[in-house]
Amino acid sequence: MEILVASAVGVLTAAGVYLILRLRSFSVILGLAMLSYAVNLFLFSTGRLTVGLSPILSKTAQGYTDPLPQALVLTAIVISFGMTAVLVMVALGAFLTSDHDRIDIESNTETDESDEPEVETP
Amino acid sequence: MSNWIIAPVVLPALLAPVIAAVARHDIVLARTLSLAGTIFLTIIALGLTVVASQGGPYVYELGNWNAPFGIVLVLDRLSAMMMLLTTVLALIVQIYVIATDWDKRGRHFHALFQFQLMGLFGAFLTGDAFNLFVFFEILLIASYGLMIYGGGQMRLRAGLQYVVMNLAGSTLFLFALGTIYATTGTLNIADLAVKIREIPVDDAALIRVAAMLLMIVFAIKAALFPLQFWMPGTYANAPAPVAALFAIMTKVGAYAILRFYTVVFGPEVAATGSMPGDWLMPAALITVAIGAVGVLGAKRLLPLLSFAVLGSMGTLMLAVSVFTPQAISAALYYLVHSTLAAAAMFLVADLVISRRGAARDHLREQSPNTPNGLLAALFFAGAIAVAGMPPLSGFIGKLLVLDAVRASESAALIWAAILLGSLLTIIGFARAGSDLFWKTAEGAPSDNPDLEPDLTIPIPPLAVVGIMLALTALAALTVFAGPVTAFFEVTAAQLVDPIDYIQAVLPSYQKGS
Amino acid sequence: MNTASQFLPLIVVLPFLGALLPGVMIRAGRNSCAISAALPTVLALTMLLTAAPEVMGGEVLQTRIDWLPSLGLNVTFFLDGLGLMFAGMILGVGLLIILYARFYLSGDDPMGQFYTYLLLFQGAMLGIVLSDNILLLLIFWELTSLSSFLLIGYWKHLPEGRQGARMALVVTGSGGLAMIAGMLILGNIVGSYDLTEILQNGDLIRESDLYIPALLLILLGAFTKSAQFPFHFWLPHAMAAPTPVSAYLHSATMVKAGVFLMARLWPVLAGTDAWFYIVATTGLITMILGALIALFKDDLKALLAYSTVSQLGLITMLLGFGTKIAAVIAVFHIINHLTFKAALFMSVGIVDHATHTRSIKRLGGLAALMPLTALIATITALSSAGTPLTNGFLSKEMMLTEAVQTGWFGSQWAMPVAVTIGAVLSVAYSLRIIAHVFFGPRREEFAQPPHDPGFGLWSAPALLAILVVLIGIFPNLVIGPLLAVAGGAVVGGELPEYSLKLWHGVNAALFMSIVAFSGGGFLLWQHGIPDRIWHKLPRPDAKQIFDALISRCSAGASWLTGLLHNGAITRYLAIFAISTVILGYYAWSSGGHITGERPLLPVPVVVAVGWLLLIVAAVAVVVMHRQRFLSLVLIGIIGLMISGGFVYLSAPDLALTQISVETVTIMLLLLALHFLPKETPFESGAGLRIRDGAIALACGLGIAALTYAFLTRDLSTISQFYLDNAKSGGGGTNVVNVILVDFRGYDTYGEIIVLGIAGLVIFALMEALLVGPASRRLKNWQFDTLRSRDRHPTMMVVVTRVMMPIAFMVGIYIFLRGHNQPGGGFVAGLVVSIALLMQYMASGFVWAQSRQRTEYHKLIGIGILIAGLTGAGSWMAGRPFLTSSYGYFNLPLIGEFELVTATLFDLGVFLTVLGAVMLMLFSLSRIARATGEIVNVDPMDYIPYEPETKTENH
Repeated sequence: MEILVASAVGVLTAAGVYLILRLRSFSVILGLAMLSYAVNLFLFSTGRLTVGLSPILSKTAQGYTDPLPQALVLTAIVISFGMTAVLVMVALGAFLTSDHDRIDIESNTETDESDEPEVETP
Repeated sequence: MSNWIIAPVVLPALLAPVIAAVARHDIVLARTLSLAGTIFLTIIALGLTVVASQGGPYVYELGNWNAPFGIVLVLDRLSAMMMLLTTVLALIVQIYVIATDWDKRGRHFHALFQFQLMGLFGAFLTGDAFNLFVFFEILLIASYGLMIYGGGQMRLRAGLQYVVMNLAGSTLFLFALGTIYATTGTLNIADLAVKIREIPVDDAALIRVAAMLLMIVFAIKAALFPLQFWMPGTYANAPAPVAALFAIMTKVGAYAILRFYTVVFGPEVAATGSMPGDWLMPAALITVAIGAVGVLGAKRLLPLLSFAVLGSMGTLMLAVSVFTPQAISAALYYLVHSTLAAAAMFLVADLVISRRGAARDHLREQSPNTPNGLLAALFFAGAIAVAGMPPLSGFIGKLLVLDAVRASESAALIWAAILLGSLLTIIGFARAGSDLFWKTAEGAPSDNPDLEPDLTIPIPPLAVVGIMLALTALAALTVFAGPVTAFFEVTAAQLVDPIDYIQAVLPSYQKGS
Repeated sequence: MNTASQFLPLIVVLPFLGALLPGVMIRAGRNSCAISAALPTVLALTMLLTAAPEVMGGEVLQTRIDWLPSLGLNVTFFLDGLGLMFAGMILGVGLLIILYARFYLSGDDPMGQFYTYLLLFQGAMLGIVLSDNILLLLIFWELTSLSSFLLIGYWKHLPEGRQGARMALVVTGSGGLAMIAGMLILGNIVGSYDLTEILQNGDLIRESDLYIPALLLILLGAFTKSAQFPFHFWLPHAMAAPTPVSAYLHSATMVKAGVFLMARLWPVLAGTDAWFYIVATTGLITMILGALIALFKDDLKALLAYSTVSQLGLITMLLGFGTKIAAVIAVFHIINHLTFKAALFMSVGIVDHATHTRSIKRLGGLAALMPLTALIATITALSSAGTPLTNGFLSKEMMLTEAVQTGWFGSQWAMPVAVTIGAVLSVAYSLRIIAHVFFGPRREEFAQPPHDPGFGLWSAPALLAILVVLIGIFPNLVIGPLLAVAGGAVVGGELPEYSLKLWHGVNAALFMSIVAFSGGGFLLWQHGIPDRIWHKLPRPDAKQIFDALISRCSAGASWLTGLLHNGAITRYLAIFAISTVILGYYAWSSGGHITGERPLLPVPVVVAVGWLLLIVAAVAVVVMHRQRFLSLVLIGIIGLMISGGFVYLSAPDLALTQISVETVTIMLLLLALHFLPKETPFESGAGLRIRDGAIALACGLGIAALTYAFLTRDLSTISQFYLDNAKSGGGGTNVVNVILVDFRGYDTYGEIIVLGIAGLVIFALMEALLVGPASRRLKNWQFDTLRSRDRHPTMMVVVTRVMMPIAFMVGIYIFLRGHNQPGGGFVAGLVVSIALLMQYMASGFVWAQSRQRTEYHKLIGIGILIAGLTGAGSWMAGRPFLTSSYGYFNLPLIGEFELVTATLFDLGVFLTVLGAVMLMLFSLSRIARATGEIVNVDPMDYIPYEPETKTENH
């Protein structure tokens, strides 16, 4: 089981990283979504893996899993949801204003003709 | 401890939604509420600083759950001074924004502004590692809103990069926190400090990874090489007043590094040892170089300022990377200085740009009319501040840093970097200033008068008040350097020996136990 | 400390305070402006004079105000002979300059600014010469660089002014920076930054291993300031400044600062071979080179500039000799140079004023037209030539005598010969001023013949000329005592044997003087030939070299910056990923690790299948990420699998949340994709893809290894506490939910605020888009996909209608049971918003929008407020923020549940989530409407034809 989870986290991370290195904003969005899956799974597994020990108190339960990581993951999920929403909209805005969804900005130190050093010598 | 500790977080958190929901159709109301809030916050921060300087650290147990199980806020000198600095900066920026009607160029400026403050205060106050993440996200998402405020193609595209970079950073933050929890089983900073000090060296691999990943996360915020790339583009394309506010954003990274790599991963901790400093110093050195080179090579004013800020972060982190009390107190002094100086300069730049028509912030010759003397004077003062020339506090800050790092074995390197860096910065600013204010354009002006630069346009008095507030603060920082550094020395001592911090949070803890 | 010493800080501060006056007083006219500038100077001068007697009596006045003790930077001033002499020079000449400038500056020069800058500079200079703390001295040092930058650039309209100012700032500024390092080293050797302290520890310094670096760095500062070779080139270009500025900066102040520093530190730095060979040689070269260039300059000011360079070289050389007597002579020559050079500059200014030219080639025979000026200029020029009966003669004779006794690299002849050459040249250029400007043929006729100026202009130089003669004839009487104390201060201790008199008898110096004069005279007589040769010779133009250097550097800098910060975030991210992997690996490998022996859980088949699906889906996304719709579907599958995993691994809450968040996210992405390209083009080449693949694999492997490393280790966490106290302290059995709303409710509070902000940000962004240029593009939008005619299928409409109340019920149920069973405000909020979303999808936004009246901003606001106020409510009970309390209630259907303040808090969560999600959707739909989406009025509409007009909704 542990191997499956670890490998799943790894694969998701790899996929996410590969996608955020693409040139179009949509791929990057996909990549970040994958990464948040990966990190949620990772964070969840920091409480170690257990089966059938839900952290819901009852007379019958013969033990509980570590509830804290679950709470953390819930918070992380919500936050990453908000972030994704903003990211999508910003990407959309960038696309609508610049007519393409390329994510790199071509040479942000753009050329400026009038930059020769002063050569006014009388 | 009284509820005042949490006031800096709750006040804006209650004010912002009101502004967003009730006052969003009435700019006057929004301004009044927001400004009143900021002023009140400044008073609170001042009070808390006074309190913190007399004792503490003071702990506030949220939900009445004691550490390490509940989340606690910790008010010590460091968090207090960071909050005070933030409020002063916020006041300056807000006055300027109101004076120049920046807040009319889009929606929800003041609401986002208050949320931004809330996030910052939360980050400075929290005593819990995961909660720090939450407040990082709050201040980040608010900063996304401010960064793209007003829209525009370049701004949106730069904003997109800013968002993507920070989302990647946040993901790494979670990985780091996960590793920390998986290794120590706790999240409270003081508790971490205790547990990590117990980890034997021969089983330190996991926690070392966590420490390293965490440092990378904070290095992104602090714009340290090789993670500084996002920073100049963001600052140069953000609305200039927002860039002025962002002067504190990089300092959040510096704060987090100061907090974690003294209290939790201090040099005396066996598991991590000197690893953080070993990596921080070269990174900071290169950052200084990149900043200076960027200033020298800049063809536009806003990138020039952004790279100047980058360089100042390098200098600041150079001082931090030594991790001696003296160096840390020098770093704190330089931190306050560089924040206010950068803010002042970005605001002046905004005044200049708004008067240069089509020329915007391109460093090319000026309209023939003689520029507004006040504007020129403000620019000169701001440039002096950022370039670290006397009489403003930058020079003293530099002296403090240079003097503090002389113990380090790579002192010569650090000195060379800082001094050469300042030289390039001075050259860059001298050139920019004479281009903007002394050079006059030859050739006929273009037919459209709106596109024509006109530096004679009078400046709204309130805007001057804002900028003068910053410059006055810098002057005060110079004149009262003695008492200020005295405060910072105790602050640094508190950080380097975290026993007070730990015992304040975990009263049961005895040193050595 | 006595009363006089208390003046010291005032003497320095007065000019700075006074600098404010002229700027204001200019409104009262030029005279009152000049007077207001003179006032602080006079005051400071009187204070200095009141202190003078004690200093002449051999006392050293000191005063100290603590400023930054921890750094050792304090406001400490001290006044000894040297300080007295320099302060007197600065203030005295300053006064003359103020007078001279009043009549020199023309009506349209902003005089207020001029005097302000001048006073600032004066204050900075006084600071340098009076500081008793080298850090304080550094501050004033940089201040002189800044204020001189303003003075030299005073005539903004002149490009030469701008460039000269910048050059001066860069050269002297960089020297200053080097000096910072030098001074810090010096301070560290001695253990104190107090000058008087340092002056006590000469031997300690000279024996330190850090002596050489300190010496070099400090000399770098001094040489740049004093325009020593090879840093001399900035000085002539500073001549673009108005003549009063040149007269001040280049006779008494700026350039003397460097010399002052060398004199000040002479007792601790001088006396070593390094000092001798560096300083004396530099001085010698500078003296000869400056004189040589001066001889061939036709611009009078340029000539004086280079003569200044040469004279400073002479002084530097004397200090370099390292003998006490030579040092005293240097001090003596500092005074003499000041007197004649300031006067010469002023006379040149007068000539410039009268004839509107400074070119020697065009001048001549002015003596007849302006005799007074001629007289002043002649006397002072003779002094700079070193003619008997002038002060220049005295110091030069003494210098020659010294030079004769100084060996240089073992040779007894090198030094005397060299200085004689220097003397010859300086005689030549000095006499040239007299001969070619005031005598000889008149080169051209002037429209209105030039004449002597008014008293205002000539009085200042005249006074100096008189001094030149008085010192020349009665040296002991006029200057003897001051020289004694000043010299004494430099050499530190008892004075050497020297006598100030005209006739020293027949000695080597006499012959050298005779050679100098005859040689100089000959050179002048035959000036034409060498002049022609000189102008034929190729000479390096320092300015062009300097400009080229600067522009190269900045060009290189912008190239490098463009290379690094090229705007390609994909590369930034790649660097980020790589460095993370490398640093992470380093951190891991540099620390030991004990592998855990926690038993591995078994893997049931169904789980394995789920895992396989997940992996396949993930890989598929990577492979097919170009088909955007498809990849969204695949993402959905991944989310599903993960929620399944959560269910299996005893995390029902996570599963529930994951699935609902999943749904909303995908919905939003779909809506956004509606406006984005549906395909991602092939762009990155194979190389790039391989590189990224490698990076991705490295990251994946790293994380997987990390996960496995801790999954196999046992761990005791703080969580037992939550399990124990959830019921008793938090009043809930769903521990995760209790943690969220109680133990760590503060996190949740922050989390919903993030959502709220997200809503606001998106709304603001859309507003900006709709007013911005983007709106125009939206107006004439062409949809790239075929669009269904039946945009709102009846089936779906009906279903969603039916589901609506059910969904609401479910939402409320989930909300209320959350505290004890999986669920809670967040999930409930999502469920309800999903229900609404479906309405919108089914019947179109406007139709649904028109049927409900809630305002989303308010929803968000109220939600956050409720949460916040609930937390603050516990203040009433005297408890900290977010302290919960609860009691049990009974409701039919749902059964027994308790109302916890946490539930109220959860309500805030619910509302915020709902508001945020709906606001996002609302914003998106506004774009849709901007693009001219048809707005249907009926719940279900069938459009028999594609609409031609898109205007019906505007």
